[in-house]
Amino acid sequence: MIKVIKYVWLDILQNRIVLAYTVFLLVVSATLFGMETNPSKGLMSLLNIVLMVVPLISLIFTTIHFYNSYEFIELLLAQPINRSKLLLSEFAGVASSLVTAFLVGVGGPVLYYAPGATGAALLAAGVALTLVFVALAFLASVCTRDKAKGIGLALLIWFYFGLLYDGLVLTILFTFSDYPLEKAMLVLTTLNPVDLARIFIMLQMDVSALMGFTGALYQEFFGSALGSLYALGVMGVWIVVPIWAAVRVFCKKDL
Amino acid sequence: MITVTNLQKSYGRLKVLDNLSVQLNAGQAVSLIGPNGSGKTTFIKSILGMVMPDGGEISFLGEPIHNGWQYRQQIGYMPQIGRYPDTMKIRQVFAMIKDLRQSTLGKNALLQLDEDLIEAFELPKLYDKTMRSLSGGTRQKVSACLAFLFNPNVLIMDEPTAGLDPLAAELLKAKILREKAKGKLILITSHVMSDLDELTTAVMYLQDGQLQFFTEVDQLKADTGEEKLGRAIAAIMTKERKSERVKERLTH
Repeated sequence: MIKVIKYVWLDILQNRIVLAYTVFLLVVSATLFGMETNPSKGLMSLLNIVLMVVPLISLIFTTIHFYNSYEFIELLLAQPINRSKLLLSEFAGVASSLVTAFLVGVGGPVLYYAPGATGAALLAAGVALTLVFVALAFLASVCTRDKAKGIGLALLIWFYFGLLYDGLVLTILFTFSDYPLEKAMLVLTTLNPVDLARIFIMLQMDVSALMGFTGALYQEFFGSALGSLYALGVMGVWIVVPIWAAVRVFCKKDL
Repeated sequence: MITVTNLQKSYGRLKVLDNLSVQLNAGQAVSLIGPNGSGKTTFIKSILGMVMPDGGEISFLGEPIHNGWQYRQQIGYMPQIGRYPDTMKIRQVFAMIKDLRQSTLGKNALLQLDEDLIEAFELPKLYDKTMRSLSGGTRQKVSACLAFLFNPNVLIMDEPTAGLDPLAAELLKAKILREKAKGKLILITSHVMSDLDELTTAVMYLQDGQLQFFTEVDQLKADTGEEKLGRAIAAIMTKERKSERVKERLTH
């Protein structure tokens, strides 16, 4: 398995997109911190970039990489190599390179300008989001044979979690505003990794007062050690379930 | 060596393999013949575990291959269209496959390499070319070399001579004959009957995903009274067409 990961890395290093992604993150983070005199304001702006850009790049890069590796996969499957291990190696290779890019690109500036608990939370959330969306992209790619459809599906996933979902939640909030919805909001949050990451970081920033009554509930729940563990656990589920489903689909796929 | 029982596969509504059963033994050299779209490549890919059958079973040396992968140590496969990572050089492709194979073996076992064909095709001269820049024929040569490289007991070749120049085709055929003499199982699909006539000793004829017959080449020639495999097959195909027409007329 390690051998396969090695070849996935070699391939990723060759096309330099991950390198460009690292540089992009580095420039954006450094600029944001440079513009704000208060580092926690810088973190706040960075948060919004991370929540949008990291899922998008993870989804698109993974999908394109998967379709471009089709020949590689086909070649290896005629060899004595386990299918599920092959896909897991692909996942490990892609995920580890994107995580490295994120840790260098965002982690470097954060450690330099704003070291502390909030920065650590931002990095943890970014890494978790990368893993979640790489896993979802693998699932989308193994389910579709056509490259254009695969990328379309990946974009749809991004629109859904990044934009549509919040709209849906707002609609629910307005429609049922006569009822106590705090518990329901807690559940709805866990159904979207992006929201989960946002709240997880915001609570570290002490801006939850801005979030009203629900915010207080979040503070009570996620602010505790148990709440943080819960958030991490849910992220874990968001990583494991899609990749498990992707392996299952891939093992039954015709090449 | 390979036992296939009641193999079934459909793509949507199209039945590609329909209750196919066959037994292939070591020492046999089998031609897999059939019209276009009769399920030859699907059959081969099922044996390799690249296509997942809807029903039936394939066993390799008595073991069902279901989701297994170890058995592929013993199969050399030459695909109809070899597809390789574009940016890799020929040298890198060979090195990678050797490296991965070695890692499946464990530390003490050494790979038994058979680089005859690489020498014969003079591939070392082209080692630094990327796969993207290769012509179709050279790609075929790389595929052929990979199929033989690990000295497998079973060779499965999908249209091996298509796209090769006459010299390369002869070299490849000579190599196949040498391996056949060692008592390996060889399964070849081709539309070039003269090649199959030289190389194989049995014929497996597929039509619409069904096995029409599996006979020794000599037997087939005797039955049809033809001296060449191509003519013998043609005779059978025309006979079938006629009987189909008769059937159609009877049903109308």
